[in-house]
Amino acid sequence: MSRQRLARYSLAGTENRAAVEAGLAGGDWFRSDVPRKRMKELMRRSDYPAIRDTAIWFGLILLFGGLGIALWGTWWAAGCFLAYGTLYGSTSDSRWHETGHGTAFKTRWLDEGLYQIASFMIMRDPTVWRWSHARHHTDTLILGRDPEIAAMRPARLARLLANFVGLVDVTTAFRMMFLHASGRLSADEADFVPEPERHKVYRTARIDLAIYAATIASAIAFRSWLPVLLIGGPRLYGAWLLNVYALTQHAGMGENVLDHRLNTRTVKMCAVNRFLYWNMNYHVEHHMFPLVPYYRLPELHQEIKHDCAAVYPSIWAAYKEIIPAILRQLGDTEYYVHRELPPGAAPFNVPKPANDGRGLPLTAVTAA
Amino acid sequence: MAQWIAACAADDIDPEDVVPFDHGGRAYAIYRSPDDGYYATDGLCTHEQTLLCDGLVMDGVIECPKHNGRFDYTSGKALGAPVLVDLRTYPTKVADGTVYIDVD
Repeated sequence: MSRQRLARYSLAGTENRAAVEAGLAGGDWFRSDVPRKRMKELMRRSDYPAIRDTAIWFGLILLFGGLGIALWGTWWAAGCFLAYGTLYGSTSDSRWHETGHGTAFKTRWLDEGLYQIASFMIMRDPTVWRWSHARHHTDTLILGRDPEIAAMRPARLARLLANFVGLVDVTTAFRMMFLHASGRLSADEADFVPEPERHKVYRTARIDLAIYAATIASAIAFRSWLPVLLIGGPRLYGAWLLNVYALTQHAGMGENVLDHRLNTRTVKMCAVNRFLYWNMNYHVEHHMFPLVPYYRLPELHQEIKHDCAAVYPSIWAAYKEIIPAILRQLGDTEYYVHRELPPGAAPFNVPKPANDGRGLPLTAVTAA
Repeated sequence: MAQWIAACAADDIDPEDVVPFDHGGRAYAIYRSPDDGYYATDGLCTHEQTLLCDGLVMDGVIECPKHNGRFDYTSGKALGAPVLVDLRTYPTKVADGTVYIDVD
């Protein structure tokens, strides 16, 4: 089962070709009708919100990191490092994401600068993941095309759970760093990273490995865990919140459906979570209109909510659906979460053959 | 040999905005800069053929609505990943309140 499952989700396998032949790759995705004038208002960027939020974010990281160092040797340090690690190892994800789209700041170098820093913190190569995420937006949850499907069908449950302490992501990140540093890409990466961009991947991997080597060397020299707790380590002990947020996006939902209203969740979150997650809980809205910066997504939500399925009222409400769905998919891989669009909403590519949640029948290829 | 085609009225485009124009089965994008300069490019992003007319026009740049690929719309130059191939540009002129583009 495991090898067959991985083959289905591989970008280098038969599903990729099947998706292309079925017209699912680069498909025509549903978008709500928002007047151009209003959309221009929503797309407009300002430096102020992201500078404010980034200053607070870095301020908190420095505060808790500094307190952790100052209180080292006491139990108070554990709490400080839990906060530091979570900010570093989880919330760098949303900073990476927004700046990767180039929508957070109006000033380009601010955006690119934070993108490079956040990519290092979250242990993602900035070039590979820029292309990976572009593909995720082109082919969201399309089998054989989307490199960012977090919960396969059936899910690799042990890996999902291990990743709450970063074990899979960090192991994969270092494996990729060594591969990239040797001047190579994985087969999946070669499917979406163009040749002229690849030298950047190799260079970044060598720089990152040098930083981690220096961190470990200083830990050994000072006979202290502090350097590792401050650099790299947070991606392990602080990764839990990243996974809490990220699984709400698409886990358990229909694959091969060209409609983000059917394969993506928008989840209501409190102000603290929305700050930490940079409003990525408005995920249907983000996928439908990725040019809208995070600080305008609540307004965009108001514009299109009449077209979308009901929002999940809380993270808990989302998980009440996600956990049973993932568990059920362990034994029933044809099961997926059905979303009901409100009366009057435009239907688009509703899963029709519905033997496994797909928009188009790919049975013959899947069976192979 | 220039082939000037009437694309739209000059007032059809807001300053710092873009409108679509189709001619001969080809999609074009017509831009108006803040200082009332008019520019024209191919209408589809060179990355994944998304219509640029739904994108964001800001500071001389058109940003693709699908993957945020950025082009200088005055020169067509691609400004970085995920767009690596420049846009083709077309000469424009304005006469009697109409924007013409040379599609030759």
